[in-house]
Amino acid sequence: MPDFIAEWLNQNEIFTAMTIMEYWDGMVTTLHLVFLSLVIGLLVAVPLAILRTVRNPFVSGPVWLYTYLFRGTPLLIQLYIIYYGLAQIEGIQETFWWEIFREPFYPALLAFTLNTAAYTTEIIRGAIVSTPNGEIEAAKAYGMNWFMRMRRIVLPSAARRAVQAYSNEVIFMLHASAIASVVTIVDLTGAARNIYSRFYAPFDAFIFVALCYMALTFILVFAFRKLENHLLKHQRPVNG
Amino acid sequence: MLDLKGYGPALMDGAIVTIELAFLSLALSVALGLIGASAKLSQSRVAKGIATTYTTLIRGVPDLVMMLLFYYGGQVAVNMLSDYIWEAYEIDFFFQFDPFISGVVTIGLIFGAYMTETFRGAFLAVETGQIEAARAYGFTRFHTFRRIMLPQMLRHALPGLGNNWQVLLKTTALVSIIGLTDMVRVAEEAAKAERMPFHFFIPVAFVYLALTAGSELFIKWLDKRANVGVVQGS
Repeated sequence: MPDFIAEWLNQNEIFTAMTIMEYWDGMVTTLHLVFLSLVIGLLVAVPLAILRTVRNPFVSGPVWLYTYLFRGTPLLIQLYIIYYGLAQIEGIQETFWWEIFREPFYPALLAFTLNTAAYTTEIIRGAIVSTPNGEIEAAKAYGMNWFMRMRRIVLPSAARRAVQAYSNEVIFMLHASAIASVVTIVDLTGAARNIYSRFYAPFDAFIFVALCYMALTFILVFAFRKLENHLLKHQRPVNG
Repeated sequence: MLDLKGYGPALMDGAIVTIELAFLSLALSVALGLIGASAKLSQSRVAKGIATTYTTLIRGVPDLVMMLLFYYGGQVAVNMLSDYIWEAYEIDFFFQFDPFISGVVTIGLIFGAYMTETFRGAFLAVETGQIEAARAYGFTRFHTFRRIMLPQMLRHALPGLGNNWQVLLKTTALVSIIGLTDMVRVAEEAAKAERMPFHFFIPVAFVYLALTAGSELFIKWLDKRANVGVVQGS
């Protein structure tokens, strides 16, 4: 380590081992929350997107309503409704669910999952709807039934088309997770807010986490670019 | 009928604050977007570099962190400046950094970056033949921009602009966190005091829904108008 950095680290009161550990714990909480909500959200979104493309309005209608409601309102309101609302449900405090939802982590996870699932459903639906007709005709000509067509032709081809929009959703979710700090979760932003109020040092506290988020964002962007290159290899120009 | 327990007028005032905040931020972000896009498309290396740094920085940081930085950091910066001015010139200069201004500045700056990308794409979509024709008619650079580029670019920019506006509208809810009494803040206080979260948050959610749905229709109408005379393929 260069001497001037070591000297600076020795002199300052804010970036001590204690606060660095707080930031680290916050980062782990953020990643934990974002990763879980994205994975569960994706698992929920795939079947919902398929239901959303069904012609019967009694099947696609409710899914449309769900995505419309969750995409048309701010995530903060959804979080408040779930966080404050769950505790008000009659009798919940006597059931075992209360053990789970008493921690702010799980209401936040629920809100984030429902929100990202709504956006992801629409992304996947768009990709499914834009499947070239010829691919489906070819699958039918091979005698594939609906289920096999979905599994072997439509979904893999849709996944390729959805990956770019989905990478935006992942980054959006990482950034949106900062509001978890509002319901007393000590995530990366929560750690910064604690350290700000202890030292009254807004620049040190918030610029540092801004850099952390930026680093996470760039890692994600890079990873998705690699993934896209891999998935869309067949579309690359021959001498490109 | 919905009984708001006397919080009705406060919620109404909050809704107006939300709308004011959204429109002012939109104006700032459009202005920044136009400047940013012009900088990105200019010949100057410095302008390009500044604009690229701006959009990259903004897109890497969560809006809430940015807002906290501007709100708390802005106050500390003003305090330092006022101390300095007092010591140097003995002039009493001070102002309170309020949440509304911090909100407008932060949201404007964030969406200015997104608008920059939208406008850049839209400017590039204007055919070069149009610009060459304008030059041939002896238009100055400013005239070409105002009479040729801007009207034709808007048609291409509208879908992206509409999208950004919808996201911006929902982002305004965050300003309640730094203490602005918008409708989210009022609903939160009412919900805590009355212990009725659904009762207050769900109407507010529907106000947002009405605003986004209304904007959607308006943007569709604008889009139709802007595309009058354009033959749409397939």
